[in-house]
Amino acid sequence: METKIYDSIIIGAGPAGLTAGIYLSRAKQTVLIIDSGMAGGQIALTHEVANYPGFESISGYMLSMTMKKQAEKFGCEIKTNTKIKDYNIAGEIKEICINNGDCFKAKTIILATGGKSRKIGAKGEDTFAGRGISYCATCDGDFFQDREIIVVGGGNSALEEAVSLTKYASKVTIVHQFKEWQGFQRAIDEMEANPKIDYILESKIIEFIGDQSLEKVIIENQKTKERFEKKIDGVFIFIGYVPNTEKIEGLVELNKWKEIIVNNNYETNISGVFAAGDSIVKRYRQITTAVADGTNAALNVIEYLNK
Amino acid sequence: MTLQTNLQHLTSEADVKKLIEENENVMICCGRMGPMCVPVYDIMEDLEKSGKYDNVKFADMLFDHPEAAIIRNAPECRGFMGLPFTMYYKNGKIVKATSSIQNLDQIIDILDSEFGK
Repeated sequence: METKIYDSIIIGAGPAGLTAGIYLSRAKQTVLIIDSGMAGGQIALTHEVANYPGFESISGYMLSMTMKKQAEKFGCEIKTNTKIKDYNIAGEIKEICINNGDCFKAKTIILATGGKSRKIGAKGEDTFAGRGISYCATCDGDFFQDREIIVVGGGNSALEEAVSLTKYASKVTIVHQFKEWQGFQRAIDEMEANPKIDYILESKIIEFIGDQSLEKVIIENQKTKERFEKKIDGVFIFIGYVPNTEKIEGLVELNKWKEIIVNNNYETNISGVFAAGDSIVKRYRQITTAVADGTNAALNVIEYLNK
Repeated sequence: MTLQTNLQHLTSEADVKKLIEENENVMICCGRMGPMCVPVYDIMEDLEKSGKYDNVKFADMLFDHPEAAIIRNAPECRGFMGLPFTMYYKNGKIVKATSSIQNLDQIIDILDSEFGK
């Protein structure tokens, strides 16, 4: 039996991957999308999306499912919760093998692997995830009614979530590793005006301690290296994202932050391998920019296939 | 009051007891339709569909349902402060419980180690 060769295999079913799938399949290209998790990527983990044009407010889950349905309607095959075992992408025909041993061939690849929440990397972080450490204020905020919590980070997400968590917590302390905030002035002003919030700058949590659940943390001043212990009920971490590129390291060119380097045509250093979304080198990571990347990558793939 | 998933929905303490009494291996995810819960339901749906875990019954329960107290107040969930609470039962007894989001590998590890392949 002859093996099917797809026009494109897209790795990642977030906004960039699904958009690329929609554009390619509408252009009658055969497309397979593979994702190690659920469709939607980071947006599926977003409680509410209020800055995606066309929707005043929509849950990230609903937006993901709508994009997925749209891609399937145009003919994309989508495999979610599917781990990739091998990437053979250097040749003219690319091959992707998944964990159950099945392999798929394609003329082009679009890497839309997205990103994941950055962890602090401190001792005890994995142990107390879900037992006092959280990465989602809207999901877990109500577990901390009248309790004292820490928010880690100094960007917009951290500042905004610190304010939103004051609905539940009796006190919120922001721990930020730098001297200056990274968020917009509006977010800083709102945080500063909230009487339940205080902050510790130029400091990092270096250890999480507890028994059944988190009880205290050790904080280190980055300048003086002085350490102190703080009793705490919960810690919410919002320190940005890291690209999901560990599996493709060494296969395509990455920068020092492990982001995929692409040219103006969204092509990587490997011919026929394109990339889009949060895993590529860029300044702003938004759903709208991922969708734009997916569009651009798909249109460039079509041009490449027509050569 | 049920979750919008394709899993079997449990809506009472009696439902939970019946399921774990009648089945050797059971996985129940107790959560909301929130960002940390939905990926776990999605994995459960895919595992159920795959047929590779026919030895396991998969179900969900709304965290805020009053009768979900059978899960919320389980001793194994002491200290849990992240949704969803995911419970693994063997012969009617809790053999593992996790708090917050879990990925495919973490769930498969538990299913394989607690229930066998």
